[in-house]
Amino acid sequence: MRSIAALARSILIEARRSGLPWLALGSVALALGLAGFLSQVAITESLQLQAAVSAAFLRACAVFVLMTYVVTSTVREANDKGIELVLSLPVSRASYYLGKLCGFMLCGAALAACFALPLLIWAPPGAVALWGVSLAIETLLVAAASLFFSMALGQVLPSIAATAGLYLLARVISAVQAIAGGPLAEPTLTHRMAQWTVDALALVLPRLDAATRTDWLLYGAPSALEFGKLLAGLGIYTVLLIAAGLFDFKRRNL
Amino acid sequence: MSARERPLSAVPGWLWAFLAASLAAQLTLQAVPSAHRNAVENLPPAPGPLTLRLASFGETAAAARLAMIYVQSFDLRAGNDIPFRRLNYTRLLAWLRTILATDPRSQYPLFAAARVYAEIPDPVKVREVLRFIHQEFLAEPNRRWQWLAQAALIAKYRLHDLPLALRYATALQRDTTTENVPLWAKHMVVFMLEDMNELQAAKIMLGGLLVRGDIRDPAERRFLQNQLDKLEQRRQQAPAGEGQKR
Repeated sequence: MRSIAALARSILIEARRSGLPWLALGSVALALGLAGFLSQVAITESLQLQAAVSAAFLRACAVFVLMTYVVTSTVREANDKGIELVLSLPVSRASYYLGKLCGFMLCGAALAACFALPLLIWAPPGAVALWGVSLAIETLLVAAASLFFSMALGQVLPSIAATAGLYLLARVISAVQAIAGGPLAEPTLTHRMAQWTVDALALVLPRLDAATRTDWLLYGAPSALEFGKLLAGLGIYTVLLIAAGLFDFKRRNL
Repeated sequence: MSARERPLSAVPGWLWAFLAASLAAQLTLQAVPSAHRNAVENLPPAPGPLTLRLASFGETAAAARLAMIYVQSFDLRAGNDIPFRRLNYTRLLAWLRTILATDPRSQYPLFAAARVYAEIPDPVKVREVLRFIHQEFLAEPNRRWQWLAQAALIAKYRLHDLPLALRYATALQRDTTTENVPLWAKHMVVFMLEDMNELQAAKIMLGGLLVRGDIRDPAERRFLQNQLDKLEQRRQQAPAGEGQKR
């Protein structure tokens, strides 16, 4: 347990030294600037426009910043033979993996809190709190996915591509399903097979399109049941990614 | 210059020329004014609601509003409202339909339809916009009643089509079921038959909305106040013009 805490702490120190807080502040400043610009061109719903665009932008920033940080940090450590060094100490592979993950998850939670705060300018505190909690859980999932891919693939570009691909696909899969099941589609065998493929793909993806919704900031928070179900779904997927990551790391020859 | 850099003289002459030429080409290309008229006429065909949802990666509320800003940019340039007439209204209304389908709770498309795109001196296009507002009102009467009320006013005072205005007023009265609809809107038929001018009618409607707190957005307040001022100016100028004719 102590080794997990020490590893998590080292990740937080690395994040601070690698300029992550400045990137977060820069993102907030950019979001506020974008909101200010849009408020000048909108002729109605200017407050809603500012809230919606800032929230969407900050959500994308949180995911992108965390994903690149996790991948570059993990790959750099692997290239520097840092994994071998740590594992030569009395630290198990599971403790190493979970320690790193805890550190990345804390970074994600801090980013979510930092990005939720400016939204209080335009949206009620309750809705912002739910949005922030949802973003924090979403970043936990992204951290777990980034760590899994970077440990498995060992290179920056393929790891970022795989994580971003998973994330973006999870965000659009329900729209793709709706398109595939559209009433104008011809009921041919090829089309049905494509539809089954999309449905099968949806089974192994998290419902990220339903998470951290901008609608909550504009039209009110979701019900407790709906929110709970959503968080449970994201939580289960995060646990699945952690299990897959540990499985892969345990059986690897170093 | 840091210690890690070599002096500028280390850069060969041909590279200086290459950099200057490419910069000049970029500046020249960007300095040529874009063909404004073409941009106004070429509002591209609207995407389907599912396409917009797909492109937004699930951020439908933000995408709908950004799409409105995009559509708006085809006609609100330099505050000039003459190009409204040149817009392809079939495409424009398709865009508004898509945006409304992407975020049905947004009032932006109907606001723009009633307050911007219906404000042109082309009765055919105005009727198209009013038909759009009526259709969308029928989908959600309790949330979209104020746009049909505005459509009724436009039908009476701009198109001078009292039967159409009464049809909208009757629909408003018949289809709204919520307590939220004010009395003047519930009795829109009587309101339409009253002998009053456009300014008085607009003042009653906007005044009512402002007093009830229905208009809270600062940009919308500014826009509506500006519209009221323009209307008042037009009313003041009208008798003077008639006097000159005589």
